[in-house]
Amino acid sequence: MNDMQFTDRAVDQKETKIAAHGVNVHYGEAHAIKDVNVEIEDKTVTAFIGPSGCGKSTFLRCLNRMNDTIDICNVTGNILLDGEDIYDKRVDPVQLRAKVGMVFQKPNPFPKTIYDNVAYGPRIHGLAKNKADMDEIVEKALRRGAIWDEVKDRLDKPGTGLSGGQQQRLCIARAVATEPEVLLMDEPCSALDPIATAQVEELIDELRTQYSVVIVTHSMQQAARVSQKTAFFHLGTLVEFGHTGQIFTNPEDPRTESYITGRIG
Amino acid sequence: MPTLWLVVSLLVLSAAGFVFGRQRAMSSAEGNAKELHSLPSYYGHNVAFTTLLPALGALAIWLLVQPMFIESRISQLIPEELAPDRQTLGLVMSDVGRVAEGLDVAIAKGALSADEAKSLRTELTDVRARLGEVGVALGADVRPEVLEAAQQYRVMSKTGNVLMAVFVAVLALGGFSWSYMQTHKDFRARNVVEKGILSLLILAASLAILTTIGIVLSMFFETINFFKLHNAADFFFGRTWAPNFRGDSELSILPLLWGTLYVSVIALLVAVPVGLFAAVYLSEYANNTVRAFAKPLLEILAGIPTIVYGLFALLTVGPLLVGTFGKGGFLGVEWMAGATSVLTAGVVMGIMLIPFVSSLSDDIINAVPQAMRDGSLGLGATRSETIRQVVLPAALPGIVGAILLAASRAIGETMIVVMGAGAIAKFSGNPLDSMTTITTRIVSQLTGDTDFASPETLVAFALGLSLFVLTLGLNVLALYIVRKYREQYE
Ligand SMILES: Nc1ncnc2c1ncn2[C@@H]1O[C@H](COP(=O)(O)OP(=O)(O)O)[C@@H](O)[C@H]1O
Ligand SMILES: [Mg+2]
Repeated sequence: MNDMQFTDRAVDQKETKIAAHGVNVHYGEAHAIKDVNVEIEDKTVTAFIGPSGCGKSTFLRCLNRMNDTIDICNVTGNILLDGEDIYDKRVDPVQLRAKVGMVFQKPNPFPKTIYDNVAYGPRIHGLAKNKADMDEIVEKALRRGAIWDEVKDRLDKPGTGLSGGQQQRLCIARAVATEPEVLLMDEPCSALDPIATAQVEELIDELRTQYSVVIVTHSMQQAARVSQKTAFFHLGTLVEFGHTGQIFTNPEDPRTESYITGRIG
Repeated sequence: MPTLWLVVSLLVLSAAGFVFGRQRAMSSAEGNAKELHSLPSYYGHNVAFTTLLPALGALAIWLLVQPMFIESRISQLIPEELAPDRQTLGLVMSDVGRVAEGLDVAIAKGALSADEAKSLRTELTDVRARLGEVGVALGADVRPEVLEAAQQYRVMSKTGNVLMAVFVAVLALGGFSWSYMQTHKDFRARNVVEKGILSLLILAASLAILTTIGIVLSMFFETINFFKLHNAADFFFGRTWAPNFRGDSELSILPLLWGTLYVSVIALLVAVPVGLFAAVYLSEYANNTVRAFAKPLLEILAGIPTIVYGLFALLTVGPLLVGTFGKGGFLGVEWMAGATSVLTAGVVMGIMLIPFVSSLSDDIINAVPQAMRDGSLGLGATRSETIRQVVLPAALPGIVGAILLAASRAIGETMIVVMGAGAIAKFSGNPLDSMTTITTRIVSQLTGDTDFASPETLVAFALGLSLFVLTLGLNVLALYIVRKYREQYE
């Protein structure tokens, strides 16, 4: 693991953005997440790693209640966002998802123009007072998605016509446009080539200045490159959670060590 | 009967071929199946198919061609004065056929010996009476020429049948021995069987296509006959539909087309919103239990024969509309005279089309990738926002295709309009008026007892062909749109 370079570790302790306690998830009979406790900090990139099927996506989707859309999925335990339980009856999952944005594994731009893709969220939430306002929001989001220069002359062209890496950055811009506080990313680079991956990683590092970012990844190098905290999942349990540098250089649990040295996976 | 026996013996021979072919293959490999190029049964199938298929094919073709051939030869025997034109010739020929058949029956019942049947003369015997005794009724006395032709007919078909049996048997035996001789452990039986199956499939596909072409061509020729008798400009651009028996009918398609389109539009106005909403509910909102229950129920609607819908129009919807808009109805207006109207037929046809639209749209909505929905929900959109702004726009081309397919079904639908729309051809904007459609007129023009060669009858073919072109155009357009949309997500 010598070839990994670690990003500068912020030493000072950040405030907790999301705190999960005793989270269990069942798909029908199957127990997919077993008693997970984790605290996700603000303005930090947290990576979820672990072998396929260990429940990374499932847990990530608990954080913005995307699991509500799956009939057989049942979540127990409590998850607090800024100290408020997001599974409380009074919380509207729709509003929650505006605060906790999500980027998916496969780029999924809507079959609309680039402009409309980005304007989609702000329109739904009524964030713009007029056209000029909206133009500004769209431009800002595209700039933050590091794709403005590439698309500024073709905003009225369909988003599906972009390359894979561009599409994924468009999706990030789209998620950013609704001004979320947390950004969840489920293997955002697995469908991308190395160059596009590098662009997205760079972008994630920039996003950290404003958001709390949670990223699921299969690539340990990627986790090491972009994250400050790492959580290792195995068979539905959270095995180890800590500073990325420590997890990769000096893991406490033998299972973590086996995984990062390539013995389980 | 002999044909049946022929087929049975072919089947037996082919079954024997299977057994022998397999055996020969095995013995050529000295009982060791691993030495064979193909599995033993492939050798058996090879012999069986080579025996059966060419012989069966020849049999089928022979059975089709022989009557045509004999008929054309016999019709030359009929003297000119008996059959001055093609139509009377047809009548005489069917007389000949009936007499020949009668003779067969008489022989079978023992009322005539085979020799007697051959030497029968109208001058000596009352053929009509003799045949009447065995239950074959003829309309008029048999003319000597007809009797002679019938006797000739029997002779020729008998020779033909013998020739056919011989030819088919030779073919089958030839195929049997050829493929049996070929059978050897290095023979690639598997590849040959594979090719045989391929050609069988191609044959089936081309039969379907050829039949379609045949249907279109037959309509086309009758349509040409129609235009020889009737002015094409009147058919396409006239304003009235008024067939009569004096020979100066006005036969224009336009009033019928108007009725057809009017009914179809009303049907779509009913079917598209209801079907689409049902599809959205079933694919986006309903949970598995509801879906498992509601989908089959909707599909039952699709299985109801259209004549039942017709009855529903006639007995329920029509009276209901009259009860509302008719004289003494509960609105107190007098807008509707009878139960049949464009609205009656349109509403019922719309009900018929609901499951069609909903199941097509359901497929199309399901084809929109889940990732689209997740993307929208993940941005904090509600379900209905997601459906309205992402799912439906993405599915739109497919849905348009589905609507066009529904339209083409509406245009071609017959029973509901026959029973619900009425029979008056006119241009009218009032949906409570009784109107008529292309399909109903085809039915009535062909089921009347008018002369088959008159323009009043032949117009049915011209109408049919126009309808065919119209629906074909719609289908092609719909398929084009649907296919283009499919590509988008692949
Ligand atoms: N929609 C679903 N329905 C039923 N089981 C599911 C569903 N999604 C995931 N699972 C199960 O939950 C477990 C965790 O899956 P997932 O969270 O996708 O793992 P990961 O993202 O770590 O590869 C797996 O065993 C998987 O089979
Ligand atoms: Mg996953």
